[in-house]
Amino acid sequence: MAYLVNEVIAIYPITPASAMGEWADEWASQGRPNLWGAVPKIIEMQSEGGAAGALHGALTSGALATSFTASQGLLLMIPNLYKIAGELTPFVLHVAARALATHALSIFGDQSDVMACRATGCAMLAANSPQEAQDFALIAQTATLAGRIPVIHFFDGFRTSHEVAKIVAVESDTVRAMLDADLIAAHRARALSPEHPVLRGTSQNPDVFFQSRERANPYYDAFPQVVQEAMDRFGELTGRRYKLFDYVGAADAERVIVLMGSGAETVHETVEHLVARGEKVGVLKVRLYRPFAADRLLAALPESARAIAVLDRCKEPGADGEPLYKDVVTALAQEAADGARTMQRIIGGRYGLASKEFTPGMVKAVFDALLPSPASGGVGRQFTVGIHDDLTHLSLAWDADFRTDASRQLQHAVFWGLGADGTVSANKNSIKILGEATDLQAQGYFVYDSKKSGAVTVSHLRFGPAPIRSAYLVERGMAGFVACHQPMFVDRYELLEHAAPDGVFLLNTPAPPDKVWDTLPGKLRAQIVEKRLQLWVVDAYAVAAEAGMGRRINTIMQTCFFAISGILPKETAIAAIKQAVDKTYGKKSRRLVELNYKAIDMTLEHLQQVNLPPLPQAGEGVGERELPAEEQNPLSPTLSHKREREVPDFVHDLTLPIYQGHGDRLPVSVLPADGTWPLGTAQYEKRNIALEIPVWEPDLCTQCGKCVFVCPHSAIRARAFAAGDAANAPSSFKHVPAKSKDFPAGTHISYQVAPEDCTGCGDCVEACPIHDKSNVSRRAVNMAPVGPLRDAERDNFAFFLKLPEFDRKLVKHGTIPGAMLLDPLFEFSGACAGCGETPYIRLATQLFGDRMLVANATGCSSIYGGNLPSTPYTVNGAGRGPSWSNSLFEDNAEFGLGMRLAADQLMDYAKQLVRELASDLGGDLAEALVAADQREEAGIVEQRSRVAVLLDKLAASGHPRARELASVAEWLVRRSVWIIGGDGWAYDIGYGGLDHVLALPYDVNILVLDTEVYSNTGGQTSKATPIGAVAKFSAGGKATAKKDLARLASDYGHVYVATVAYGAKDVQTLRVFHEAEAYPGPSLIVAYSPCIAHGYDMLYNQRQQELAVKSGHWPLIRFDPRLAAEGGNPFKLDSAAPTQPIQSFMESETRFAMLARSHPEAAQRFLKEAQQEAEQRFKAYQDLAQSHADASKPGA
Amino acid sequence: MIDLSTDYLGLKLKNPLVPSASPLSRHLDTALRLEDAGAAALVMYSLFEEELQAEDAMLDRFLLHADLGHGEADSFLPGGGEFQGGLERYLSHLHQLKRRLEIPVVASLNGVSPSGWVELGRALEQAGADALELNVYHVAADMMQSGKAVEARYLDLLGDLRRVVNLPIVMKLSPFFSSLPNFVRQLEAAGAQGVALFNRFYQPDIDLDDLRMTDQLHLSSAEEALLRIRWIAILHGRTQLTLAATGGVHSESEALKLVLAGADVVHLASCLLQHGPGKLTEILAAMQNWMEEKEYESLAQLKGSMSQQNLPDPSLVARASYLRVLDSFSPRPGVWS
Repeated sequence: MAYLVNEVIAIYPITPASAMGEWADEWASQGRPNLWGAVPKIIEMQSEGGAAGALHGALTSGALATSFTASQGLLLMIPNLYKIAGELTPFVLHVAARALATHALSIFGDQSDVMACRATGCAMLAANSPQEAQDFALIAQTATLAGRIPVIHFFDGFRTSHEVAKIVAVESDTVRAMLDADLIAAHRARALSPEHPVLRGTSQNPDVFFQSRERANPYYDAFPQVVQEAMDRFGELTGRRYKLFDYVGAADAERVIVLMGSGAETVHETVEHLVARGEKVGVLKVRLYRPFAADRLLAALPESARAIAVLDRCKEPGADGEPLYKDVVTALAQEAADGARTMQRIIGGRYGLASKEFTPGMVKAVFDALLPSPASGGVGRQFTVGIHDDLTHLSLAWDADFRTDASRQLQHAVFWGLGADGTVSANKNSIKILGEATDLQAQGYFVYDSKKSGAVTVSHLRFGPAPIRSAYLVERGMAGFVACHQPMFVDRYELLEHAAPDGVFLLNTPAPPDKVWDTLPGKLRAQIVEKRLQLWVVDAYAVAAEAGMGRRINTIMQTCFFAISGILPKETAIAAIKQAVDKTYGKKSRRLVELNYKAIDMTLEHLQQVNLPPLPQAGEGVGERELPAEEQNPLSPTLSHKREREVPDFVHDLTLPIYQGHGDRLPVSVLPADGTWPLGTAQYEKRNIALEIPVWEPDLCTQCGKCVFVCPHSAIRARAFAAGDAANAPSSFKHVPAKSKDFPAGTHISYQVAPEDCTGCGDCVEACPIHDKSNVSRRAVNMAPVGPLRDAERDNFAFFLKLPEFDRKLVKHGTIPGAMLLDPLFEFSGACAGCGETPYIRLATQLFGDRMLVANATGCSSIYGGNLPSTPYTVNGAGRGPSWSNSLFEDNAEFGLGMRLAADQLMDYAKQLVRELASDLGGDLAEALVAADQREEAGIVEQRSRVAVLLDKLAASGHPRARELASVAEWLVRRSVWIIGGDGWAYDIGYGGLDHVLALPYDVNILVLDTEVYSNTGGQTSKATPIGAVAKFSAGGKATAKKDLARLASDYGHVYVATVAYGAKDVQTLRVFHEAEAYPGPSLIVAYSPCIAHGYDMLYNQRQQELAVKSGHWPLIRFDPRLAAEGGNPFKLDSAAPTQPIQSFMESETRFAMLARSHPEAAQRFLKEAQQEAEQRFKAYQDLAQSHADASKPGA
Repeated sequence: MIDLSTDYLGLKLKNPLVPSASPLSRHLDTALRLEDAGAAALVMYSLFEEELQAEDAMLDRFLLHADLGHGEADSFLPGGGEFQGGLERYLSHLHQLKRRLEIPVVASLNGVSPSGWVELGRALEQAGADALELNVYHVAADMMQSGKAVEARYLDLLGDLRRVVNLPIVMKLSPFFSSLPNFVRQLEAAGAQGVALFNRFYQPDIDLDDLRMTDQLHLSSAEEALLRIRWIAILHGRTQLTLAATGGVHSESEALKLVLAGADVVHLASCLLQHGPGKLTEILAAMQNWMEEKEYESLAQLKGSMSQQNLPDPSLVARASYLRVLDSFSPRPGVWS
């Protein structure tokens, strides 16, 4: 709708609003016209702030313009929203409402963001469902044109924005009938134009500013009626009628809940259930929140209402109520003051923050709290629902087993899948089929994983004849159909928690029907028996392989669902699935169409119901398979193993329950109050997702360390130790004498895999330069199936970890074999298998981890770095490690600079105090502390020793400033400040700040993990995206060249700058990290980071890096101002002239290759330009590298 | 005017020079230039079984089903909208070539597996191809596979293709058959209309720095025509199949020799890639000049006039020449003495 009725669309990616912009861009690239036959201009900006500025400009110049955003993005738009509203500009902003980052970031849905905009002057219109989101987009557009008040049209992030539902589409004719051409003409007439010039945006003084603000009042006074008229007109045209405040429930309701957003639909469903049982309850749905029409709210509220609960999906800490509550209280108080109505009770509650579930049981609890004498014993004016607050005791208890009639009348289905197995897309497709082939209503909601490798998805589907208002997950015991698409899940998850009695359990398993029962864990068997479930099995991977589909099982499992559920006649369902296959593959591949057809037909032959063994008599067991205790744990074996070894209390009380999926049950009191969490917790989550792990061959290995260097998950490690330390090693622990002469005699080395943390990407094997002389396919590390290796390697790894870190002074930090013996303080992240970013971070922690402060921009690196329940950052044997924080997306350079300033200031202050106390401390110690050279690690180690002596002395000192010095003494040790983020931050949204920090002389190390797209939000274009690459927001191929960030930074002259690609030249990468860290000013490392967004198997991560360098796509440079200071050329070109055409690089990655298919002519043009650009850039670098040499020649 | 016309798979061609499957047919512009240069027909670049599979896998994994299962990024590349896959692009291109060219266009299928991919031939027929070239690019590397089984693979694939199309089919063969004439006879019985001799395999090479196998296509050299001359000379007159010579034709000399041996058409690729379409015109003109000088009236006169059957001493293309050639070899002065 927003696409249809706009002319300019300025976008910027942010979850969960990104998809709206992506669709707009894709449609525009396909030439899809808007309502008036023109293709809207889609423009991605550098930030939401930029998008808002562009919108303001477009609007004030006469275009109809829009954007889509959420959360922090909306906050960045606020300044312009004030302007746009202040100038009475018609405009609709569509917001997938999301939590704001406070103690932590959350991508999930609540209304904190839109509530922060209520003073902007924008109207606020809340849609509660996917249907309403479409309808209100049009109503908002109609109203804003008529009333000139801009509208924030919002709906709950994920719950509404990502729900797949059957809706009635608004026809173009309806849109045309709603939008008054005269009003559009009036908007254009108000545009800035040299034909009839005006001035807008003046600076006003105390004399008239105030009055001018009041001048807009009539527009706001009129706007509620304008919106209602738009709703009425829409109702006439479509039959769907809305009011500014819609009341549902008993006409004589005594208890009423007031709220807005998707939760209102759940309350609606619950109200109908309760009213049917004679309860006098109702719900008032707030549609138009701003301008707040109190009179209309009061008019919609039944006269009989005596107790009201106002629910807000946000939190305003320190306030005596959340915004909607206070608005309603004010309205009622004003009415009471007028003597019109008395109210016995008005309470305000918070619910659903960050997509916390909000269920009918919770709604019932709120209604119960409104009873004159609630069973719960009463509740104060403020409460929460959906959590257990054992600290401030605000939460209501609720009945988790409460079910509504509506819910009982629906069919529910739950599907467990792996992220990459197509379960979600198959389910979306099933909903579409049901929506199109039947009169049934359908709803799908998908719960995703917070990890990117081995991600688990749970699909919640509902079907039924009546409208579905259930804005919550399928409840326990309600799913008549549960499918498990991955055989290994049976031991890991509580698959049948959702299963309804007498339902169906479909399992994809290689076990034949007569054997499958024996393969199931006891708990699952017990549930099958207890719930009298039908068990169906299919070997979907075998069917896929036989049908030529490889490992794609989505259509196979979808066929099983339709075949068993009987929701459609089998033939109709099969025909519909085939039709969907046609649509998906369309013109792209008739071969794939045929293979899918074949798989669908074969599925029915392979789907079988299992004859269950006779049901046990009372008191009998269900013939449980004897499982080791750890296998009965939904988590992995080692977790139990670790638990036995006594994990820290924090991990036991918090981390483990979250791993186990019980985070919802954690009470308020156990959580940190300020968002501060300990390090080193990723080690407790053994995900066991690798099918194969590397096996070290000590006889071949030259101990070069390359496998350790490239490992994205720090899952293969090297350690040197005295041979005697391995005396008690497990028998299969491999270690050999160190080959390097640098080590003392008797030193041994081991390369050890962490079998349960490895993701099986195979990058280590690809990196291994060693071949068996007699068999080139055998390397010094080779992948092998994990099954037979896991137990032994688990013990070996545990032993390996107990070995002390080798004396860092004896290790050559400047060589790869040496540096890779240093312990990583970044391990087992949730990054994608084969991630190209994490090796850089791990390297930094190996070299400087014990002194690192990390400012991390929001993005992939903040998600795998700090996504609960665990963090990959960890500590060394002395308890030191990187101290890490994420502030925002846009401010990371500034955030890191602040860390530097604090470190410098406190160091200076500590030195000042040391000087003051010099006579007490001893002159030599004081002098050494103040003058310490800490550029290298050895100096830092010495300074730490001095600080320890200092603290001892201070403890014994009677000097009045001794305690003060003790409190800052640790700052005497140099801190290595690292500013880490992706290209979205560095090239786009954070570039202003980055540039400013580069312009300053402070010692910060900036690491840009350049994946050439916004990876975390799903691959949107950044200014790092190369020409000719297809990315989201550049569906037609990026038309301009990548920004040369390194070159720009080097222009300052005082900044250390380098580009690196570890897969192409690891030695240069290592050197750059050392040089950058040692440089006492700003350093910028632009690191080429292969990403799955590039569209190739990450196994070839390093090969592609090499190709990127060899083709001239990614030249390796260093700019070291120290060399200039010494009279040398600061610019070094570390890679040779391109030896391959850029085409060889571009052809090998889908991001480029797909353009040749979708836009072949553009692809040709871009390829040519990319080649020219690569040649010119390399030539320019060559000139820079040689210029100094030329200049220094005599006579030059 | 000398009549250069020839019969190729039942199609009447104005001359025997036909560009073989190569990148030259990928662009309409180069195809038109080849036609202008005198090409009598055009064999399109091959539709590779593996290429289609790889593209389908790429489409499937990275575009159509790029599911990740992560809340913020359930995919990483835009769906791509409507665009054509490899087969569809081939068909469109074939359609376009047929629309713009007057000469016959032969579509080329290249693959080895019995998975039913040759059924794609039906789509090629529908798209307007005048004939199909089936290139079974098979390296018989399996020790458990007999020569009979290798032949059976070709015959089965030919049979599969024959069942779905009515077009003439030319089988492109490698030289590595125990009894080529016998096998050609079998192909004829199985419904082929022609054979193209011979396929040139990509030869794997070893990178001494990385100890990796590398695949490279080396352009042909004129010496390679000799192998073709022998076998075409042997086959001419013994089969009703069209005989197409492919590999090693770089000048009129090779072309004329191949026709003299019995080739109905002579394919060109490497020389066109190296020298452009003008080379075809040049070869054609030189062939005419030679024929004029030798007072031939038509290509038909020339064709097969030096086939094995027509040679005074048939052993010249068989074993006898082996001895003669070896005996005639004398080393350079100074090499041995």
